[in-house]
Amino acid sequence: MISLQGIEKSYHLGQQSLQVLKGIDLTIDGGELVSIMGSSGSGKSTLLNILGILDSYDKGEYLLDNISIRNLSESKAATYRNQLIGFVFQSFNLLSFKNAVENVALPLYYQKVGRKKRNLKAMEFLERVGLKDWAHHLPNEMSGGQRQRVAIARSLIADPRIILADEPTGALDSQNSAEVMEIFREVNAQGKTIIIVTHENDIAAKTQRVIYIKDGKILDENYQLQMAHV
Amino acid sequence: MFDLDKWQEIFEAIRHNKVRTFATAFGVFWGILMLILLLGAGQGLQNGVQSSMLLDATNSIWFIPSRTSMAYKGMPAGRNFQLHEDDLSEVKQHAEGLEFISPENWLQGNYTVKHGQQTSSFMVYGANSDYFKVKVSQKTTAGRSLNRLDDENSRKVCIIGDRVAEVLFEQGEDPVGQYISAKGVSFRVVGVFSFESNAGMDQSQRIYIPFNTFQQVFNPKKEVSLFVVTTGSTTTGTQLESDVKELVMQRHSIHPDDNQAFYIHNQEEQHKSIQQLFFGIKVFIWLVGLGTLTAGIVGVSNIMIIVVKERTREIGIRKALGATPWSIINLIMQESIFITAVAGYLGLFLGVVLLESVNYALVAMGASIDFFKRPEVDFQVAIASVVILVIAGALAGLFPAIKAAHVKPVEALKSE
Repeated sequence: MISLQGIEKSYHLGQQSLQVLKGIDLTIDGGELVSIMGSSGSGKSTLLNILGILDSYDKGEYLLDNISIRNLSESKAATYRNQLIGFVFQSFNLLSFKNAVENVALPLYYQKVGRKKRNLKAMEFLERVGLKDWAHHLPNEMSGGQRQRVAIARSLIADPRIILADEPTGALDSQNSAEVMEIFREVNAQGKTIIIVTHENDIAAKTQRVIYIKDGKILDENYQLQMAHV
Repeated sequence: MFDLDKWQEIFEAIRHNKVRTFATAFGVFWGILMLILLLGAGQGLQNGVQSSMLLDATNSIWFIPSRTSMAYKGMPAGRNFQLHEDDLSEVKQHAEGLEFISPENWLQGNYTVKHGQQTSSFMVYGANSDYFKVKVSQKTTAGRSLNRLDDENSRKVCIIGDRVAEVLFEQGEDPVGQYISAKGVSFRVVGVFSFESNAGMDQSQRIYIPFNTFQQVFNPKKEVSLFVVTTGSTTTGTQLESDVKELVMQRHSIHPDDNQAFYIHNQEEQHKSIQQLFFGIKVFIWLVGLGTLTAGIVGVSNIMIIVVKERTREIGIRKALGATPWSIINLIMQESIFITAVAGYLGLFLGVVLLESVNYALVAMGASIDFFKRPEVDFQVAIASVVILVIAGALAGLFPAIKAAHVKPVEALKSE
């Protein structure tokens, strides 16, 4: 599903250059529920952004569903993001002027699905995350947990192969976090690949595989095993 | 182009971003409104000046005899001379390119004009029918003007100014068909006239009778006080003026270089200076108008840049969900063009409504303001201004929109 080889990425701030990713090799198979852990500044969010084609990389090879993600035209990238990937962000990133059902339906707008049809489908997905009664509320009328569930419904509506979640529980209390993770597990059980970036151990513990990243490099399996036994 | 779904997306954005929409719309609305009012006021000024100053036809030349200032052929300077009907027929025959000629005489001495019990001291003038072709701003408001047959048959008829009608007749009484008398002679009123322009105020106190009637009844010596000619297409006002002057001077033995024997009022020259004044007014209006338009364009451009900046995060979210750069640009452009076009049209509409209301109020109240009349705008100019402003707004939004649409989604998502 996802194959990374020697991915490098640097940020340039004026004269200074900061290498964030220093050669990432990673393979994630279809249907995996993976978490990426690391301290802040370790490069885990950058890695996720590259996986989601939201950011570019300098060196290496990234194959997504056996397609090389290099020198993609912007409209190609847009199409892949729309059809292959669903995003869930820490800060939800809902459009504040659209209500829940319109937010959920937005990816289908970019697939040129008619308004009636996509709103109907959006209702279906809101029902799946238990927010049918909140369909016509604006994001600022909802709690953080509800907003994140709207965002998850939005990430699922286009039926993507992969869900990328960047600290999805970072702004939620423990009960809402547990609920969000429960939804992810259900979605994963239906065969979708899910990659969650987090710095919370209990979130990582609910995934099948944990990838530790430190200073722009993935730590070896041995270290992961040690961590698991501690 | 007409994608209903896209329009719904746009209307939704407009409905939920009222402040942003208002800010964009108001700049355009205000710019256009001000421009329309300005152009309208300028046109009103021009119309007002035109009607205040243009009393007579622009091709008319008035000859008013004065005193000679030079001795000639044995006669001393300072001599008065009297024009005669023969002078006029001579001029009519020999002056090249002359269109019309008409004498003007007025009844001198102490007399009153009467209608029933009403008496007043209005002046009685004699003039032929061509005379009224020169008086372009004199309008017949009831009955008719004097015609050639009145003159040829020396009919005892008259036309009176509206001031005369007001004083001599009861309110609501129709003067046409009634009789007034001057120096014991009765004349039937066949028409009432008035002047649109303020400069005609004095002249609306006049009574005109046919020239031949005047001569027969009041002036058996066939003398003429002054006369007016109009320039035809085959000559110029300056040329005709000197031709006529030369002819009359020769007949009255006046030195050819005597410039003070006649007071000559050539409308052509005045017309020229009025045209220059109008040109000045036009240039001024256009300068201020272009200034207003530029201010509007700058305002709209600023707002567009801010709008795009404000929407950067939204653009990031849309891109993450699969929006192509083109669809982003398209969305922003269509929304901004729609808002500015509607706002511009509203400004145009309100501006025209305001101008028309002012006009209506002026007419309805019968009020006349000096040098201001019938404010109006050239519709093509108005539409062109709206189009320019909309295009300028669109262009101003286009470049930041293109830039924002090509920013990496991860960077757009970071913006606040």
